[in-house]
Amino acid sequence: MNITTSAAFAFILVLLLAPAVAGVATRTKSALTGRQGAPALQLYFDLWKLVRRGAVFSETTTWIFRLAPVLVVATTLLAATVVPLDGRVSLIRFSGDWVAFAYVLGLGRFFLVLAALDTGSSFEGMGASREVTFASLVEVGLFLSFGTLGVVTHELSLSGMLGVPFARHWAANAPALVMISACLFALLLAECARVPVDDPATHLELTMVHEVMVLDHSGPDLALILYGSALKLAVLGAMVVSVLVPRANLSAAGSVAVLGGGLLAVGVGIGIVEATMARLRLPKVPLYLAGASSLALFSLILVLWNPA
Amino acid sequence: MTHSSLQLLLLLVVLTDFAVLGTSRLSACIRWIAFQGAILGLLPLVTEGELTTHVVALAIGTVIVKAILLPGFLRWAIREAAIRREVEPLVPYMGSMLLGAAALGAAFAVASTMPVSARGSLVVPVALVTVMIGMVILITRAKAVIQVVGYMMLENGVYIFGLTLARRVPFLVEAGVLLDVFVGVFIMGIVVFHINREFDSISAVNLTELRES
Repeated sequence: MNITTSAAFAFILVLLLAPAVAGVATRTKSALTGRQGAPALQLYFDLWKLVRRGAVFSETTTWIFRLAPVLVVATTLLAATVVPLDGRVSLIRFSGDWVAFAYVLGLGRFFLVLAALDTGSSFEGMGASREVTFASLVEVGLFLSFGTLGVVTHELSLSGMLGVPFARHWAANAPALVMISACLFALLLAECARVPVDDPATHLELTMVHEVMVLDHSGPDLALILYGSALKLAVLGAMVVSVLVPRANLSAAGSVAVLGGGLLAVGVGIGIVEATMARLRLPKVPLYLAGASSLALFSLILVLWNPA
Repeated sequence: MTHSSLQLLLLLVVLTDFAVLGTSRLSACIRWIAFQGAILGLLPLVTEGELTTHVVALAIGTVIVKAILLPGFLRWAIREAAIRREVEPLVPYMGSMLLGAAALGAAFAVASTMPVSARGSLVVPVALVTVMIGMVILITRAKAVIQVVGYMMLENGVYIFGLTLARRVPFLVEAGVLLDVFVGVFIMGIVVFHINREFDSISAVNLTELRES
């Protein structure tokens, strides 16, 4: 098995495992809070149920509303191809692909927001405005993190930043890399609408951010959107795993196995956060994201201060 | 004992600075500043090569004063004054976080021009960051208790800066500084308590207006 096939295997593993990561998070949360909880594979059942159903479209919606779910999944898949999911190398790589990664994800979100506005529902517009506000703040931290990784590795593609020769950077820049992982994890929670920012379990429109945008989607469309956000969670989780666990000395099968274990660990981590933290009040969220960004800024300054 | 554990402790100091900057709950702020005091107590053990009585006594004294006595005293003050959170700082938390980030950049930029430290050592920049963030807190917060926390943080920065000269600064001077801070915070605490009893609020903003009531 050479490196490219391990990348392909990692890609397929992420595609298959994505709904389970959120399931593991829910499972951990319910175990820690002493409740029965949904099975870890619940999202698979939900997706299967939704795929078999028909869709209902509001008369006020246009083609954008029907296009958005497909684009959400397509852009997330595209973004996943430039991330070195197996911790070695990605399916597609080119100089500066981290900008493409951020904005391809942004394109998917843009169409999701447009679809939400397309319904003309005031609730969905509110959710859309919140989502966009938070997303624009997430970007600051994301780019600062990528910038730091770029300075550490002297590479301009995600494969270079997160790929094979990563182990030796840990010796020189351990504190900065720990802070980058913490920042990426905090951004993952915000980006994927998890607890400190948004509560995936709430179904009260006034408090929802992400959920409220997809209220009007039904059937296969809703399945696509749910799968898209699960996939985004898995891809960002794989990124955190790639920073935390350098896999230069592992075999191809070993690094794919680390990816699988790492994703489940990310799920457990999300579950622990959800069980121990309350959802932040809406005005507090920018502060949370600014905190994550200053963590990334601090590690950037640290890396520039201490060139290895 | 090693270079990297010193760096790690200094990083924790900066992270606690930011934690205080972003927290609205006073008891949490006091917990963070106590944590910072404990780290400061560990610092001389790491920077000095061997464990002389002088170093150990300094470490123990620092931990007792900065991590136990002063935070305990502040806790007493907020319990007596019955306040739990900073309701409305003069600059919003987001703004003070950005000010803190700017201070971070400025401190590292300034530190590289200073002759005291070798490049790569974090002692001087971290000392400057801590002093600056302490100043930001001192200036931008309305409640007197959190201002005391800011003052303690500022003093912690000076203490870290003193580490670069630790071999030349005699024990007595350090002990004297610790005592000064202790007395200072003690007096502030009593002042806070009395302000609260007289005026029903310890917001320092109200003190800037002179008016016959």
